Amino acid sequence: MTARPAHLKALEAESIHILREVAAQAIRPILLYSIGKDSSVLLHLARKAFYPAKPPFPLLHIDTTWKFRDMISFRDETVQRYGFELRRHTNPEGLRQNINPFDHGSVYTQVMKTDALKQALTEGKYDFAIGGARRDEERSRAKERIFSVRGPGHTWEPKRQRPELWKLYNGSLAPGETLRIFPLSNWTELDVWSYILAEGMDVVPLYFAAPRPTVTRDGQIIVVDDERMRFLPDETPEYRMVRFRSLGCYPLSAAVESNATTLEDIVAEMRETKMSERAGRLIDQDQDASMEKKKREGYF
Amino acid sequence: MADSLLRVLACGSVDDGKSTLIGRLLFECGSIPDDVMLGLERDSRRFGTVEGGIDYALLVDGLAAEREQGVTIDVAYRFFETDRRRFILADSPGHQQYTRNMATGASNCDVAILLVDARKGLLAQTRRHAAIVSLLGIRDVILAVNKMDLVGFDQAVFNDIVNEFDALRDRLGGIAVTAIPVCARDGDNVTRASAKMPWYQGMSLLLALETMRPTPRRVDVPFRMPVQYVNRPDHEFRGYAGTIEAGVLRPGDTVINATSGVEAKVARIVTMDGDLAEAGHDLPVTLVLDREIDASRGDVFAAAPLPALADQIGAWVVWMDETPLFRGRAYQLMLGTKVVSATITDISTRLDIDSLTEIPVRELHLNEIGRVTLSLSHPVACEPYTESRGLGGFILIDRLTRNTVGAGMVTATRASRADIHWHKLDVDKHARALLNGQKPAVLWFTGLSGAGKSTIANLVEKQLLAMGRHTMTLDGDNVRHGLNRDLGFSEADRVENIRRIAEVSKLFVEAGLIVLVSFISPYRNERMLARDRVEQDEFLEIFVDTPVDECRRRDPKGLYQKVDAGQIRNFTGVDAPYEAPESPEIHLPTLEGTPEALAARVIDELRERGIIA
Repeated sequence: MTARPAHLKALEAESIHILREVAAQAIRPILLYSIGKDSSVLLHLARKAFYPAKPPFPLLHIDTTWKFRDMISFRDETVQRYGFELRRHTNPEGLRQNINPFDHGSVYTQVMKTDALKQALTEGKYDFAIGGARRDEERSRAKERIFSVRGPGHTWEPKRQRPELWKLYNGSLAPGETLRIFPLSNWTELDVWSYILAEGMDVVPLYFAAPRPTVTRDGQIIVVDDERMRFLPDETPEYRMVRFRSLGCYPLSAAVESNATTLEDIVAEMRETKMSERAGRLIDQDQDASMEKKKREGYF
Repeated sequence: MADSLLRVLACGSVDDGKSTLIGRLLFECGSIPDDVMLGLERDSRRFGTVEGGIDYALLVDGLAAEREQGVTIDVAYRFFETDRRRFILADSPGHQQYTRNMATGASNCDVAILLVDARKGLLAQTRRHAAIVSLLGIRDVILAVNKMDLVGFDQAVFNDIVNEFDALRDRLGGIAVTAIPVCARDGDNVTRASAKMPWYQGMSLLLALETMRPTPRRVDVPFRMPVQYVNRPDHEFRGYAGTIEAGVLRPGDTVINATSGVEAKVARIVTMDGDLAEAGHDLPVTLVLDREIDASRGDVFAAAPLPALADQIGAWVVWMDETPLFRGRAYQLMLGTKVVSATITDISTRLDIDSLTEIPVRELHLNEIGRVTLSLSHPVACEPYTESRGLGGFILIDRLTRNTVGAGMVTATRASRADIHWHKLDVDKHARALLNGQKPAVLWFTGLSGAGKSTIANLVEKQLLAMGRHTMTLDGDNVRHGLNRDLGFSEADRVENIRRIAEVSKLFVEAGLIVLVSFISPYRNERMLARDRVEQDEFLEIFVDTPVDECRRRDPKGLYQKVDAGQIRNFTGVDAPYEAPESPEIHLPTLEGTPEALAARVIDELRERGIIA
C-alpha cells in the first residue's frame, strides 16, 4: 500500500462521514452495487466507516442479464469474501418480452435499468439508496446534492434541491419521498484510481488491458463477451489489446485500446488521456441533456 | 502529484463572466476531455454568446434550463488539479434569487474568488456575496477584476475597484484580499501573466490558488467530536463513531459527554487501517471507552473547557424559503449530529447589504440575512460559529415539507434553565386533574368558517359540565376582542395570534382543565405549533369537516355573502387556502350527523382516551 496523499485522505473522510449519516438517519437503506470501480471504492469506504462491524445495509444489484461475465463472477466473489447481503433484481416484464440492447436501443435502458431500479426500490421500500455517481462524470451531476431527494415515482427536480450546508445532511423525508445518496460526489475518476492503487484494492479484471475479441462499430470498440453477440453481415471478431474505463452492459460499453495492465499503468494513463470516461457509454449520447433527462425519470 | 485539497468558492454578479473564468481555468488545467470539448464547440454554435468562438460558460452550466436561459441557477462543483493541489471549486450562481445556493457553496470553502466586472465595479450583489462569504467564515478572498480588455487594461480602473473593496473590507471583519486583474475570455492572468497588463506584477489567479495558505486550523484547541453513530456489532464491541471536529485525541485521554457531564477515558481509537496513537481534526474515527457511559447520536464528546450547553441561541440566519420567517414559528434544528425542535422567539434585525448595517425587522424573507433568537426543546452542545463551523453552524428544517429552509450561525448561547430556574411547583397539573377527576386536554376544533366548530364545541362543553367536569372555552373570534386585540391579520400577526392562544391553552391545561378551542386555524404548521405546547396525549385535533358549499349555504354570520360581494378578501376556503388535517384525532364530517350526534362522538372519544371516566 502506497501512502495516500492528503487530498485522498480528505475525500475518504468526507465519504465515511456521509455513509455514517446514512446509517444513522435511514430506516431502510440500501447500497446500489454496480460492480464497477466506483462501487468497489464505495464498498471499501463502507467497510471502513463501520469497522469492525459490517456495513448496516444490504447491496442491491440491478441485473440486466447483459453484464460482462467477469463482472458477475467478481460480484459473487466480493459478496462472499466480505459476507455482504446481496439482493438482485431484474425487470420481470422486460425479461418476459426479451428486451435486449440489440433490438431495443434506448428502450432497453429505460426498461432494464431505470424501470428495474424503480421497481426494486419501490418493492424493497428503501428510503435511502446509496450510489457511486460522481459530479465530474457529467454536467447535470455536477449540480446534484450529496443527499438528493426524489419525489414520488423516483423523479428528480433539479430546480427544487435542498440547500446542503457544512456537514449537515438533511435526511428527513415528506410522504412519498426517498433519497439517493452520493458519497463519492467530490471524487474524480483519477481520484478513484489513485485510491484503488493506494489501498491495493481488487477491481474487475476488465479494467486491465488484455487481448480481447472485439468488433468496431461507429468508431467504438465492442468486446464480444458471449454467444448472444449479434454480428453484422461481414463482421468477424478481431483480437485487440483493450480495457474499459467504464463498465455496464457489454453491447453498450465501448472499450479503449490500451496497454495498461497494472493499477500504476492505469493511473499513468489517466493523467494522459484526452477522452472523458462516459465517452464510452453509448446510452449517454442520445440527445442533449440526456443524462439530466434520464435522471429526472429516475435513472441513477 | 497534488498533495492537498483546497475548496474554493467562485462567486460574482450576473454577467461578470464567472462561468467563463471557470471554464477557462478547467481548460487550461487540462480538465476538459476532447469529446467534451467537441460537445462544447457544438453547443457554442447553438447557444453561445461568444461570436465565432468557444463559450466556456456552456461547459459549466449543467442544467438544460441554464443553457437555454444563459444563466447559472444552481451551485455546481468542479474539479481540477495541478502538480501542487487538487481543487474543489463550488461555482455559485450570481442572481439574487439564488443567494441561498451561494451560502450553500460557501459553507464548506476555504477561499473565495469574488468576481467583479471592471466596467461596473462593485455592485449590490458583489457586496451581498462579500457579506455572505465573511459571515460564513471564509477569511481569504481573491478579488478577480474581470473584463479588463473592455476597459483598455487600464490600471486606474483596477485600482479604483480595489480601493473601493478595501473600504468595504473594514466593515466585513478582517478578511484578507488578493486582487488580480484578469480577462477570463482570453486567459490573461488566469493561468499565466498577461503581456497586456505589464503594470501588474502579482500572481496569476491559478498561482494564487496554488500557493494560498488558508487560515490554518488550530490544533491547540480542546477536543470536540459529535457522536454520529453508535457501532455495536455484538456485546463485545461498543464504539462511538464520529468525525473529529477540533483538537487532538490520544488513547488514555479523558473525554466528557458534554450533554451529561459524564466522563470516561479513551481505550482505543479504532479504524480499519489499525488503531491510531493520535487523531486530529476532520478524521473519521471510532472511539472505544474504558467504561460504559450513556452516550448516543447527538451528544458531543469534548475535553475541558466544555462547549456551552444551550437551550437558547442567538444566530445569524440566512433565510432560504419562499414562506417568510416569523416569530413563533417552530422548526427542526440540526446542529452537529443533534436534531431538536426550535421556536423562533425573536427576530431583531436584518443585514442591509448595501450599507452593511442592521435594520430592525419583524420577519425575514427569502435570501435575507438576520439576527434571530431561537428557543430549543432540548439543550444542545454548541459554540459560536466563529470558533467552530462544526458546532456553530446549523440548518432549520420545515416540519411539513422536510426541506432545509434556513441556515444559521451561532453568535451567542444561553442556558436559560441555568439562570432562570423553572419554578418547580409542588402542586402540578396532575394533582389538580386528580382533584377534578379528569385528565387535562386541549380539544382543538378546526374547520372552515361556518363549519359548525363553535356549535359542536358548545354542545360538548355543556355535556361535560353536566357530568361535573371542569372546562374552559377559547373562541378564535372572542379572543381577538381581548387578549389579541392588538393583532391584525398579517401573516406575522396570525402566527402571534395562534401562539398566544396555544400558550393560554397550555396554562389552562396546567390548571387541570379540558380546554375547548374553536379556531379556523387553516395551516398545518400553526396547528402543529399549538400541539407542541402540550404533552402528546393532551392534544386532540378535531376536524369539523364541512364542504365550503354547505358553509356558504349556512353562512351563520353572513360572511360568505360579504366575500361574494367583494367586501372581504383572503377568506379561508374561498380565496385563501385551508390545509385539512391529515390525521386528526377526531374527524367529524358534519353532513353525516346532527351536531348532537357529533358532540356525542367527541364525548365517546374522550372516554376512550381516559380523559374523562
